[in-house]
Amino acid sequence: MTQLVWNGLFVGSFYALVALGYSMVYGIIKLLNFAHGDLYMLGAFTGFAVLSALGGVPAAMTLPVLLGVLLLTMVSTGLAGVVLERVAYRPLRGAPRLSLLITAVGASFALEYGMRAGAGPDPRVYPVRLSGTSIEVLGARLTLQQLVLIGVAVVLMVGLHLLVTRSREGRAMRAIALDPRTSALMGIDVNAVISRTFFLGSALAGAAGVMAGAYYGKIDFLMGFLIGLKAFTAAVIGGIGNIPGTMLGGLVLGLLESFGTYWLGGEWRDVFAFGVLILFLTVRPTGLLGERVTERV
Amino acid sequence: MNETKAPEAPDAPEAPRKLGAKAPRTRLSKLFDNRWAGLAGLLIALLAPFVNASDYALSIMTTAAIFVMLASGLNIVVGYTGLLDLGYAAFFAVGAYTSGVLATRLDLPLVATVPAVIVVTVIAGIVIGAPTLRLRSDYLAIVTLGFGEIIRITANNLPVTGGPSGIYGIPSLIDSKAGFYYVTVGVVAIAVLGASRLGRSRLGRAMRFVREDEDAAEATGVHTYKVKLAAYIAGAVWGGLAGVLFAGQLSAISPNSFTFLYSATVLMAVVLGGMGSVPGVVLGAIVISLLPELLREAADYRYFVFGVLLIVVMLLRPQGLWPARSKEALK
Repeated sequence: MTQLVWNGLFVGSFYALVALGYSMVYGIIKLLNFAHGDLYMLGAFTGFAVLSALGGVPAAMTLPVLLGVLLLTMVSTGLAGVVLERVAYRPLRGAPRLSLLITAVGASFALEYGMRAGAGPDPRVYPVRLSGTSIEVLGARLTLQQLVLIGVAVVLMVGLHLLVTRSREGRAMRAIALDPRTSALMGIDVNAVISRTFFLGSALAGAAGVMAGAYYGKIDFLMGFLIGLKAFTAAVIGGIGNIPGTMLGGLVLGLLESFGTYWLGGEWRDVFAFGVLILFLTVRPTGLLGERVTERV
Repeated sequence: MNETKAPEAPDAPEAPRKLGAKAPRTRLSKLFDNRWAGLAGLLIALLAPFVNASDYALSIMTTAAIFVMLASGLNIVVGYTGLLDLGYAAFFAVGAYTSGVLATRLDLPLVATVPAVIVVTVIAGIVIGAPTLRLRSDYLAIVTLGFGEIIRITANNLPVTGGPSGIYGIPSLIDSKAGFYYVTVGVVAIAVLGASRLGRSRLGRAMRFVREDEDAAEATGVHTYKVKLAAYIAGAVWGGLAGVLFAGQLSAISPNSFTFLYSATVLMAVVLGGMGSVPGVVLGAIVISLLPELLREAADYRYFVFGVLLIVVMLLRPQGLWPARSKEALK
């Protein structure tokens, strides 16, 4: 039982990391960035490329090297997110919703199949595997690496939360989320802040990608599709646009899936997750902690 | 509906004016547009087997015709009503599987399964539409995406649907390939005509109004929820019947035929052709379904090009290549 909880929390922290980008972008410009899951994929591949370029990594150095790669990947996926916003989304900011959504679907396809054309259709095996000694924590088996990954995820999330609630930048983001026009009148450079929001969200997705690659060991060009859907589900469960809510939603979804898999069998895991999504949207579309979503733009 | 909507409020009054000013001229000119384009298209479709009736050509043409039917069904949902459905292949799958299961388990001829298919797809449309259509349109988009995956995974896991290997030995409608092609063209022609008449009916105009401005539509007495649900159900039935044709054509179906890729390809046809424009969407569907046959070498880049094309079309020509005459579509 404890094992189920731990597994749930572990997967849930991945979901939460990816969901945060969704949630931030949604909170600020009300766009569902369908390509967000593919930025996670991009992160996994960037990490793969860097690690392959480094050559063999001595076993003792795995963790520090991985953290360095993580940072590098975050910067590059962050920039990719900024470019995506600049090229595909910004020109359409005043356009009907449907156009934006379709553009986002197109961006997702371009990223997935661009990667397929570049890296080939076959799954790649990560050059670094995190498999370590397992330790007993409250009757469940965990590897040290699992704990480190959860730790990194928590640090990133706490950092983001502080940034959004405490810094000037975060205040500007929240102001734009409330009312972009007035924010512009108050001297906030709206475009710049939106760019930086995309940077942060995409960087977190990229980090999750590297971590997933190092943990599961296998990556492929379609890996972002499912996690994108799951991350959205997580964001909706917690309250999309609400950052603590989104983190909570990720963990809740991870736990739900973990127990759902236990009861129903692994082949129904995704069905279960999307069922939860539909149920949540029907019963409580604002999510567990969300209030702001009721705004309609 | 009483939430604040500050940023876009100034645009709101424009939409109905645009619609009202152009409607009378539009409907008439569109009628001519449709009739001649439609007849010419039908004639080409009927004469095509006389040019080349090889099995290969016939199967490509039948596939293209089925694709036209799918696109015209999705056009009701996305083009007319402005609801983005990213799991349209789900209804296609529901139709194909319902008819496949009934035909193989009960030894029914394929035609006899059609009433059941209609009932089941209507139910599927309501099941997914009813709880979610009250939500924001982008929530619907992602829910339909999830729904598409649910249907595919379910088909993959249930014993009655044959699991990953699917169902085979589904009887065709007609033994000859050419005969089946003609039946398909006939059904598709009726479906396209039906969709275009629906677009010009009272309900169709309500759908367009909902797309242009949901709040204004609601305020003038359009029951937007009912209209959206109607669009959804119509789209589901169109997709389901296309699924029957698909099952009859291939005589075997498996979950792999109904992936997100397929839904996105149909969407691509609708967007490229011009959302809301029947001749545009038909043309878009034909182009999208024939393109892969012409570009066999570039197969790896195909979906990459699709993705870029979606972005470019939205940036440069959001109304599609053959827009609805009224320029109502999305601008």
